[in-house]
Amino acid sequence: MAEVTGIKEIIKPENLVYKRTSVMTDETLHYCPGCGHGTVHRILAEIIDEEGLQSETIGITPVGCSVFLYHYLDIDSQEAAHGRAPALATAIKRLMPEKFVFTYQGDGDLAAIGTSETIHACNRGENFLIIFINNGIYGMTGGQMAPTTLPGMKSSTSPFGRDVKTMGNPLKMTDIVATLPGTYYVTRQSVHTPANVRKTKKAIRKAVQYQKLNKGTCFVEVVSNCPSNWKMTPVQANKWMEENMFPFYPLGDLKDPEKQSTEQK
Amino acid sequence: MERELRLMKGNEAVAEAAIRAGADGYFGYPITPQSEILEYLMGANPMETTGMVVLQAESEVAAINMVYGGAGCGKKVMTSSSSPGISLKQEGITYIAGSELPCLIVNVVRGGPGLGTIQPAQSDYFQAVKGGGHGDYHLIVLAPASVQEMADFVDLGFELAFKYRNPVMMLSDGAIGQMMEKVWLSPQKERSKTVPEWATTGKPPTRERNIITSLELNPDNQEKFNQKLVEKYNRIRENEVRFEEFQCSDADYLLVAYGTSARICQKSVQLARGEGLKVGLLRPITLFPFPSKRLSELAEKVSLMISVEMSAGQMVEDVLLSVNGKVPVYHYGRMGGIVPTPDEVVAFLKSKIIGG
Amino acid sequence: MTEEIIIAGFGGQGVLSMGKIMIHSAVMQDLEVSWMPSYGPEMRGGTANVTVIVSTERISSPILRQFDTAIILNQQSLDKFEGSVKQGGTLIYDTNGITRHPERKDISVYSIDAVEEAGKMNNPKIFNMIVLGGYLKIKPIIKTENVVKGLQESLPERYHHLIPLNQQAIERGMEIIRKVSES
Ligand SMILES: Cc1ncc(C[n+]2csc(CCOP(=O)(O)OP(=O)(O)O)c2C)c(N)n1
Ligand code: SF4
Ligand SMILES: [Mg+2]
Repeated sequence: MAEVTGIKEIIKPENLVYKRTSVMTDETLHYCPGCGHGTVHRILAEIIDEEGLQSETIGITPVGCSVFLYHYLDIDSQEAAHGRAPALATAIKRLMPEKFVFTYQGDGDLAAIGTSETIHACNRGENFLIIFINNGIYGMTGGQMAPTTLPGMKSSTSPFGRDVKTMGNPLKMTDIVATLPGTYYVTRQSVHTPANVRKTKKAIRKAVQYQKLNKGTCFVEVVSNCPSNWKMTPVQANKWMEENMFPFYPLGDLKDPEKQSTEQK
Repeated sequence: MERELRLMKGNEAVAEAAIRAGADGYFGYPITPQSEILEYLMGANPMETTGMVVLQAESEVAAINMVYGGAGCGKKVMTSSSSPGISLKQEGITYIAGSELPCLIVNVVRGGPGLGTIQPAQSDYFQAVKGGGHGDYHLIVLAPASVQEMADFVDLGFELAFKYRNPVMMLSDGAIGQMMEKVWLSPQKERSKTVPEWATTGKPPTRERNIITSLELNPDNQEKFNQKLVEKYNRIRENEVRFEEFQCSDADYLLVAYGTSARICQKSVQLARGEGLKVGLLRPITLFPFPSKRLSELAEKVSLMISVEMSAGQMVEDVLLSVNGKVPVYHYGRMGGIVPTPDEVVAFLKSKIIGG
Repeated sequence: MTEEIIIAGFGGQGVLSMGKIMIHSAVMQDLEVSWMPSYGPEMRGGTANVTVIVSTERISSPILRQFDTAIILNQQSLDKFEGSVKQGGTLIYDTNGITRHPERKDISVYSIDAVEEAGKMNNPKIFNMIVLGGYLKIKPIIKTENVVKGLQESLPERYHHLIPLNQQAIERGMEIIRKVSES
C-alpha cells in the first residue's frame, strides 16, 4: 500500500517545475489552437510578475483578436478604439510617468488604421512599450489583407494573392519606426520555439528596464501566425512562417544603442 | 435585358449591385458584419470588366476621404462600413454634405455604443437621420428590409445622390447584411461618361475653374448657403418620401418599423390578426425624408401606434412629432444585438390595448 | 406551406453550407427562401447555426425563436434548441458525442448516425449531405432531383465532379434515419 504514490504526494512545492503565472487570470484563452497571441500574453504576464510591476502597470489593448487581453491579464487595462492605443498610452504615461505602460497591437491595428498614432508616438519618443503582433492578416474579422500581408499571399480581400501593383507593398513598420529618433529600442522576435520564446522574453524585459530609465519608445515586433485564417494546421503555419515571413521580416534587433556601444568597445 | 435571379447575402447583393449600377469606385475597410462587401468586390475584380476601382483603405477615415475626392470628380463612388467605422467617417460625411457632393454610404449597423457587439441593431438611427457630423445637414437615408432592397437601393441611392448632389446613406443592419434571400439583379449598366459641370476634372479654357469646398468665411454667404441647403432638404421632403403599408386600410392599431424590425412586425401583424386584432404596419423606406404626412393621416384612424426598433427608442421621436399628440405612441425595442420576436411585439401591443 | 428550420452544430461541420444547399434546391421549385446564419468569432471551432425558411408565401421575419424542425449536430446545440421546437414539431439529431438525449415527448424525434456513416463512406465532408438526406426523408419538401440542381448552383464548378457522391450521401441518409419517438 505504501508503494503507491498518490498524485497529492507528487504535487509538492519542491517538485514544482511549471505553474500558471499569477498575473494571468483563470479565464480560458479564446485563441485558436497554435495561435501566437496566447504565448505572448504569458510572456508579458511573467515579466510583470517577475519584475513586480502588477500594481504599476497599465495595459492598452487593441481591436483585433487580442481585444480581450484585459480578460487574461490581471492588471489595469484600457480598451482603445481600433488603432488608437498609442494615443491613449501617450496621455496615460505623460499623466503618470512613474507607471509601466504598454500597448499590445496587431498589424491591422498598428500598421493600417493606427499608422499615424504609431508613428507620431514613436516620433515623440513617448516613453512606453509597443508590442506589435504581426501575423500578416486581419485575424479577428476573418482573414482580410493586412498592411503586412506578403506579396502574393492570399487573403479574403486579396483572393488572387496580394498584387503589390494595386494593393501596395507590405509595410515594415518596425523598420520605419527604427529610423525615428524617438525610438530607443526596436527589435523583431518570434514565439514559435522555446528558444524564441526566451529571446522575446528577454527583449520585453529589456524594454521594461529602458522604460524605467526614461529612454523613449521601445518597440517589440513579434512575427506571429494565424493558423485559422492562413487555413493551415498549427505546425504548417509555423513552418510557413519560417519559410515566408522570416525572410521578409528578419528576426533580430533593429536598434539597441546599448548593445551597439558594447559591441563597439 | 432580363433581370437575373440569384441567392445572395445582403452584403453580397450590395457589392454586385454596385458593379451593375456602373459605380466608378468603392473604398472600404474591413469590419464585421459587412466585410463581405469588400471581399466580394475584391473577388469579382470589376476593374477587369467595368473598370470600377476597388480599394481596401488603411482606415475608415481614409476610405471616406477617398470617396470625397472621387465624388468631387463627379464619379459614382461609395463606401460601406458598420457602426464604429461609420462614426469615424462622420467628419468626411459632413465635408461631403457641405460641398454638396453625391455619394453612397452603406451602414450595416451593429449594436453599440463603442465597440459594442457585432450582432444586428438599429441604434444608429439618430446618427444617420439627424446629422452625425457637425453642421446643419441631412443625408437622404434609405432603409432596406430585404436582400432585394439592398441591391435596389444601390441604384436608387446613386440616382438620388446625383439628383440632389447630396450624400445618401443606406441604413441596413447585420441581419439583412448576413442573410441570404432571392434577389433579382438588374442588368449591367454602363459607367457614366457624362461629367457633371461642377466636377473637378481639369479646367478647359471653355469654363471657369471648379472648386469643391465647404469653406465660407463670410457669414452672410454661409447663411445663404445654409438656406440653399434647407430649400434642398425641403424639396427632398416634398418629393422623395417612400414607405410601404401592410394591412393598414382597416387597422385599429399601427406598428411603425423599418428594416429588420419591419420584417418581424409583418409576422406580428399576421399573428395578431389571427387573434382578431386589426393591426397594420407602416414601414418607412426613407427615414429622411420621414413619412410624417402619412403617419399624421393614419393617426386619425388608429387608436395607438407602436414604434418597434432595435434601439432604446430613436425613430419613435419622429413618430411622435408626426402624430403630434393625436394618439398615444409607444416604443418597443430590444438592444445589444437582440432581435425582437414577432410574438414579443404582439404581447407588448396587447399590454398597451388592455392597459390603455 | 411554410417550413421553419434551425440547423445547429460545430463550426466547420458544414451547418451553414447545408442550409445553403437547401435554399438553392428550394428555389429550383420556385419556393420562397431565407437563410439567416449566426455569425461572428464564435464560429471558429465554436457553435454555428442557421435559420432556414422555405415557403410558398412571401417570408416575413427571417429571425425566429420557434421552429418546425431542428437539425442538431452536437450536444451544445441540443441543449440550446430542444426547447425551441414547436409542439408537434420534429427534431433530428446525430447521436455522435451526445450524452444527454432529447427528452421532449410532445415532438417527433429522429436520430441519424451520419458521422459514423460518413466515416464508412470514407469521406467526412459528406456528413452534412447524409443529414440532409435524412431530413428530406422525413420532410420531403424538396425533390432529390432539385437538390442535385441546387448543388450545381451552390457549388463552384471545380467541385461538380463530387455531385454524384453527394447524391449518394443523400440517398444513404434517407435509408439510415430512424424514428426514436413520436409526439
Ligand atoms: C473603426 C473600426 N474599424 C474596423 C473594425 C473591425 N476590426 C476589428 S479587428 C480588425 C483587424 C484586426 O487585425 P489585426 O490588428 O491584425 O489583429 P489580429 O486579429 O490579426 O490579431 C478590424 C478591421 C473596428 N472594430 N473598428
Ligand atoms: S484567428 Fe488567427 S490571430 Fe485570431 S486567434 Fe485565431 S489564429 Fe489567432
Ligand atoms: Mg493581424
